[in-house]
Amino acid sequence: MDPVGPVGQAEKTILINSTAIMLAIVIPVIIATIAFAWWFRRGNTKATYRPDWEYSGAIEMVVWAIPALTIMLLGGITWIGSHDLEPSKPLPSKTQPLKVDVVSLDWKWLFIYPDQGVATVNQLVVPAGVPVSYRLTSATVWNSFFVPQMGTMIYTMPRMTTQLHLQADKPGVYDGLSSHYSGEGFSGMQFKVHAVPPQAFAAWAQGARGSQLKLDGAGYAELSKPSSYVKPITYGAVVPGLFDAIVTNRVPAPAVQHNKPISGPGA
Amino acid sequence: MNLLGKLTWHAIPFDQPIALVTGLVVVLALGAILGWITVKGHWPYLWHEYITSTDHKRIGIMYIVLALVMLMRGFADAIMMRAQQTVAIGQSQGYLPPEHYDQIFSAHGTIMIFFMAMPFIIGLMNFVVPLQLGVRDVAFPTMNNVSFWLTASGALLINVSLVVGEFARTGWLAFPPLSEKAFSPGVGVDYYLVALQISGVGTLLTGVNFVTTILKIRAPGMSYLRMPVFCWTSLASNLLIIAAFPILTATLAMLMLDRYLGFHFFTNDGGGNSMLYMNLIWAWGHPEVYILVLPAFGTFSEVVSTFSGKPLFGYRSMVFATLAICIISFMVWLHHFFTMGAGADVNAIFGIASMVIAVPTGVKIFNWLFTMYGGRVRFTVPMHYALGFIVTFAIGGLTGVLLAIPPVDFVVHNSLFLVAHFHNVIIGAVVFGVMAGYTYWFPKAFGFTLDERIGKAVFWCWFIGFYLAFMPLYVLGLFGATRRMQHIPDASWEPWLIVAMIGALFVLAAIVLTVVQLIHSIKTRDQRRDITGDPWDGRTLEWLTLSPPPHYNFAVLPDVHGEEAYWTRKQTAIKLDRLIDEPDYKPIEMPINTPTGVICAFFASVCGFAVIWYIWWLAILGLIGAFAVFVWYAWRDEHEHVIPVEEVKANARERRRIRQEHLQSLSQSV
Repeated sequence: MDPVGPVGQAEKTILINSTAIMLAIVIPVIIATIAFAWWFRRGNTKATYRPDWEYSGAIEMVVWAIPALTIMLLGGITWIGSHDLEPSKPLPSKTQPLKVDVVSLDWKWLFIYPDQGVATVNQLVVPAGVPVSYRLTSATVWNSFFVPQMGTMIYTMPRMTTQLHLQADKPGVYDGLSSHYSGEGFSGMQFKVHAVPPQAFAAWAQGARGSQLKLDGAGYAELSKPSSYVKPITYGAVVPGLFDAIVTNRVPAPAVQHNKPISGPGA
Repeated sequence: MNLLGKLTWHAIPFDQPIALVTGLVVVLALGAILGWITVKGHWPYLWHEYITSTDHKRIGIMYIVLALVMLMRGFADAIMMRAQQTVAIGQSQGYLPPEHYDQIFSAHGTIMIFFMAMPFIIGLMNFVVPLQLGVRDVAFPTMNNVSFWLTASGALLINVSLVVGEFARTGWLAFPPLSEKAFSPGVGVDYYLVALQISGVGTLLTGVNFVTTILKIRAPGMSYLRMPVFCWTSLASNLLIIAAFPILTATLAMLMLDRYLGFHFFTNDGGGNSMLYMNLIWAWGHPEVYILVLPAFGTFSEVVSTFSGKPLFGYRSMVFATLAICIISFMVWLHHFFTMGAGADVNAIFGIASMVIAVPTGVKIFNWLFTMYGGRVRFTVPMHYALGFIVTFAIGGLTGVLLAIPPVDFVVHNSLFLVAHFHNVIIGAVVFGVMAGYTYWFPKAFGFTLDERIGKAVFWCWFIGFYLAFMPLYVLGLFGATRRMQHIPDASWEPWLIVAMIGALFVLAAIVLTVVQLIHSIKTRDQRRDITGDPWDGRTLEWLTLSPPPHYNFAVLPDVHGEEAYWTRKQTAIKLDRLIDEPDYKPIEMPINTPTGVICAFFASVCGFAVIWYIWWLAILGLIGAFAVFVWYAWRDEHEHVIPVEEVKANARERRRIRQEHLQSLSQSV
């Protein structure tokens, strides 16, 4: 609840506003429950006993109207909020968004930077103040990509792509995790997000390209073996089209043995 | 071919001390209980009065015993999870490795919903509904017995997995592709699937039975709008069972086809689609929540009205609200996966539909408040639960509406906030509801009340325990803590987790005290006999008959002249200072006992176990056995026995004598 970006900030505002609206009803209800029960306790001779009072049209109208009006109000907030914060909607910004492709593996995160031609594992480096456009999928089972301080989480699902737009306003290191249980190594799917100034990001990408590790067919096959609590890895080169190959199941998924193996770059 | 399929000695967890010792303790305890029954010679009594009984009251009691036992099993899982999360922080991995921890949270959810909450709710409905309707039994008494035993068979298989093999590590809803053979090759998911399929048949039969009973069998004069609200909520709940459980059966069947025969409904390859499973399972799963909570609402309606000494406020509104919840609950399943990326319109519509449920639910809360208004509230144990429920449920409703707002759900989905929310409503409404109902109807079942003082202690332990255990989880959820973590990454969460652990210890005290209360109450039952059959100054027909009621409930079916059948009759008797004229007694035909249910469930368990372990010859044998039982049952010569009019008359006159005495004591006190 310490948002560092526009998405998380807007979600926090909706959370607080909605809670306040509902507390305006819930607190009186709780007080009335205790007050009514206590005042009308059997021992209280001052309370009037009305053993046959079981209906009042006016009260009925009020008790239907109060929740109905509240829900109309909250419904409005929901409609507007759902559209404003739709994960696939690009964030308004003067800067061109950075593209990152996210793949959940057993049990670590692969981040591919298609424009930079590099990739990382369990470490996401993004420029602060620049919107990031994510495409997400899973190579094995479902997971959910979530950086609590940046806002919105979204499922990563095998053979499917989801889209998400997030932005970190200020530089810093933020925790990320999988928020959908995915098996034994699930607890070890933590990663760090490093939001750095844009110049520093460019420098980092340049440096990353110097890494000797290559994410080609063999590198991916090695990476996709089940492992957990994986230390960050940086790949200096990535086979083009790897993300789409994973989505369309043209690379061997680790636990499914009978798929045909990858036949080379860009297969 | 191996005669024992996949079953070998490796299935016994010799290498896992925790599982092995737990299993041994359970087996020894079970052996001790069975041995004690044998030595004491209680088998004939149990066989005739319970195991083969077609009496809805006895079946109801068996359901509740099953639920209480499963509550202990499910809670043992819960406290192990709490303990693990309290210690597995930072460098420490705790005492449970992932493969064991994952089984525990899967078993906890599965057992608590399917084998604790469901049997408890169905047990209460079984016991109460025919009595409140003023009739002698449910529509299909033998089927009722079969339903119970099939549920018990499912519970048995789940617990066998503790000792033989393993349980699922896929969470309580077994989402594919994780639950597919490619990712979960072991027998755990098969235990899950087979146990739920068998008990699901039992639940569906219960639904059919109760809808038929409520629609077709009611005392003379009891029109729909004169039925007690508990019957209305039971009707709504059973309609939901009939509509929703076939979806569960079909969904699990598809997953079984994937696993056993290599189909591709939900697999990653071959054109399968796991999103389909997510939709289908929640199309059952969301109504399931209301299957559980509606009868709890009904219980609170009865309790609040009785202990306020007033009719339920806004009866028609309550009925309408119940049916509105029943229908809308089918249109909101998608709110369980807003984070799938379905698009803004879809998310917004399902979000708003989910919130709409808060309207009839809110109306119910207000109506309970106004039922107390102008009443004479007696702070009995059930009333404690009712008040605790209203306060707790108001908070749970609030967090529920928050989760229904997609942009809020985007940051708290699958988090401990969600875990806190659904425990808030399931403990706050369902558990408090069944505990209220258990205390409220106990004297009707056994002829003596439960100890009031220990009962209040149980309530306070549940109440305080719930708040301590789950309020910290709300906070942690807002910090971004997700559910099902075997290891906690952030050391700063530790204080909150320790508070939650203390809460779990309070709940442990509540469960221990429930057992203490039962034993103490049985030992001192002579001091708390319910002589009159109406210990709480009740308003509905179950309080018209004696406690415990005779097998046939009512010597003559009561004539109903208003919404509060028994209360009207009681007030008339007090005013006129005499009971109604003695009716004309007739012999009563009642269904005979039958071992069909227990034998059928035996074969179903054998078949289920065989399917789990791929022992095909045994599976076929089990199926043939189960089928043969029904053929044998269909050819029975006798289905009913007649209770002679003399016996009916003698019992009825004894009841009139007691009531006459009671009436005199009442008019003297007035």
